[in-house]
Amino acid sequence: MTRRYGGLQVDIMHIMEGFLPSPWWQVWFLVSLPFLVIGLYQVNRLVQEKREALPLLAVAGAFVFVLSSLKLPSFNGSCSHPTGTGLGAVLFGPCIAGVLGLIVLVFQAVFLAHGGLTTLGANVFSMGIAGPAVAYAIYKAGTRVGANTYATVFVAAALADLFTYVVTSIQLALAFPGTAGFFGAFSAFAAIFAVTQIPLAIIEGAVIALVFKYIVQVKPEILTRLNLLSESTVRKLREASA
Amino acid sequence: MKYGMEIAVAALIVVFAAVFLYQDAAIRASGEEAWGGADGNAADLIEASGYEPWVDPFWEPPSGEIESLLFALQAAIGAVVIGYIFGYWRGSRKTA
Repeated sequence: MTRRYGGLQVDIMHIMEGFLPSPWWQVWFLVSLPFLVIGLYQVNRLVQEKREALPLLAVAGAFVFVLSSLKLPSFNGSCSHPTGTGLGAVLFGPCIAGVLGLIVLVFQAVFLAHGGLTTLGANVFSMGIAGPAVAYAIYKAGTRVGANTYATVFVAAALADLFTYVVTSIQLALAFPGTAGFFGAFSAFAAIFAVTQIPLAIIEGAVIALVFKYIVQVKPEILTRLNLLSESTVRKLREASA
Repeated sequence: MKYGMEIAVAALIVVFAAVFLYQDAAIRASGEEAWGGADGNAADLIEASGYEPWVDPFWEPPSGEIESLLFALQAAIGAVVIGYIFGYWRGSRKTA
């Protein structure tokens, strides 16, 4: 959202500080909380049982940092940024992705006035949990039916990005149904976000699929250890790019 | 193909940039201002209904330059971590 603060234009892809009235901001904190608690528990288990996966967790988090700082021009004369949470979601599931999203959103809310502390719950839910849940489900379904791994990662990450903004639109429409009602407001918000976001979602999906390829190349044993890929799939993927 | 995916991603980014340049030219020709935040319209939509944000950010970057600095810093932190870990993995694979 763009607002002017004394001539300075601040544009925000997350819901801005103060833009969710009571009770909605509290509701979204409550909705996000259980996922974050599970996420922290899972991170803790990772630290104790699968320490060798920790660098991968750091990469997933760093990826959210990089991608969510890049505001890209999109096709309809406005800018938005990718979320980058698709990678963490595919690798570690939506709860841990929620924790990664929380870290980045706090950074942006505190240092950049981007997003906000009162809207943190809603933004963590859309970017850290709901989008990643879609990515995770698609990845699991894709590997089960034996689809091409990179294509699956591409679709998972791209739809995670898109779904994040679908959820943002739902959150805004619930809080601001206006005279059009929930569905009228939803389509108005979704029209604003989605058009901008589709091209960015495609780019994000492609970049994350590429990073996944590099992980397969340099550290495939972590992927098998996390039960993300079978050893035979890893061998096949490595032979294909050798 | 060894670099098939790299080529595909690079091509995608080139197409993305080309569409941007084309649209930018069209928008400039029409004399409009563009490339603000996607959601200016969403904020307008909300504020048109008479809603006032009930709390403001307690701190904002004092200028666009400082905001860019902090965004660049955010990207740099992420990039350093990614580069370090991938480099470490690659190095340990070669010497193993």
